[in-house]
Amino acid sequence: MSDNRLGARQVELEVLRYNPDRDETPSYQRYSVPCKNEWCMLDALNYLKDHIDPTLAYRWSCHMQVCGSCGMMINGEPKLACKAMVRDYEGVIRLEPLAHFPIERDLVSVADDFMDKLKRVKPYLIPAKPKTLEEGEYKQTPAQMQRYRRFSMCINCMLCYAACPEYGLTKSKFIGPAAITLAHRYNLDSRDGGRDERQEEIATNEGVWECTFVGACSDVCPKHVDPASALQQVKVASTVDWYLEHFMSWNKK
Amino acid sequence: MSRRPYVHEISRTAWFFKRPRYMRYMAREVTCIFIGIYTIILLVGLARLSEGQAQYEGFLAALRQPLSIMFHVLALAFSLYNSFTWFNVAPKALPIQVGEQFMPDSVVSGAHYVVWILLSIFILYWAI
Repeated sequence: MSDNRLGARQVELEVLRYNPDRDETPSYQRYSVPCKNEWCMLDALNYLKDHIDPTLAYRWSCHMQVCGSCGMMINGEPKLACKAMVRDYEGVIRLEPLAHFPIERDLVSVADDFMDKLKRVKPYLIPAKPKTLEEGEYKQTPAQMQRYRRFSMCINCMLCYAACPEYGLTKSKFIGPAAITLAHRYNLDSRDGGRDERQEEIATNEGVWECTFVGACSDVCPKHVDPASALQQVKVASTVDWYLEHFMSWNKK
Repeated sequence: MSRRPYVHEISRTAWFFKRPRYMRYMAREVTCIFIGIYTIILLVGLARLSEGQAQYEGFLAALRQPLSIMFHVLALAFSLYNSFTWFNVAPKALPIQVGEQFMPDSVVSGAHYVVWILLSIFILYWAI
């Protein structure tokens, strides 16, 4: 390998490999990859696949922290491989697929469960009174937009699920940080009238009440969405709902 | 090619040793046990008070035991830790939007501290 041409340093990667056709259990494989100073972990993986081992499987697409495909555990922390810089790590770097998800192959995890959960929380506008084209658009002030803007930045990378011990301990029963945050994002939207439908899913034991506010989801979120904040707000709002329903029956919606 | 996803079981009893943030979470949760025990002692005190002066004097004497004082110092330290950790995350649950801006987190958690201190002063003043 013409490493010097790259102006590179050799970086030791320990990658979890799992081939469903051949392996009973996953095991680690060591690679020595020449990495440039400006490389992110995804660059190192791409070099590894192109020049050292073409059998390695991992997901990626945009290489710019937008698509949310390259989430993986780097030294045990959920990270986007395109955001984690190789130069920030010392010694052997351990790469594993996202925790709490079944492993499809190597660094590819099975995302089906998360996709089902996204559908359940109806993450789209459900207008209270649908407008006809003639009536015009659904308008919103900048202040109304600001209410939910942060929670709309989610790229569905699932790092928060890999960080959330509740999701792992409940064996994926918990609807989880990203899906509930997205539900809350639409609940906060002034153009939306679908909160009751979403509450059916999220104001439940498998929903927001499974959250014990570990806060790890917000720590690892690459887009600073702060799911922990969204979930606590859902808890407050659901509690207010309960009191209104039980003690102020005249106040029913 | 066949689909045979591998499911990795996580330990139900040792998962929180894996990351420091999980340990911090457990520390916050465990400290509440001491607040619970303190509350029970307080309720026992109320019960003794209702039984008459002699019983209540006995309860007060029990509180002055070295073991009891040790527990109370420990419970105070842990409940302070518990309160600090919760006040610091309060802005996540109660964001206050003014116009297009959210108030800084320090204002929301600061308000909690101010109310806490005022209430403590009030209770101490009333008790002494």
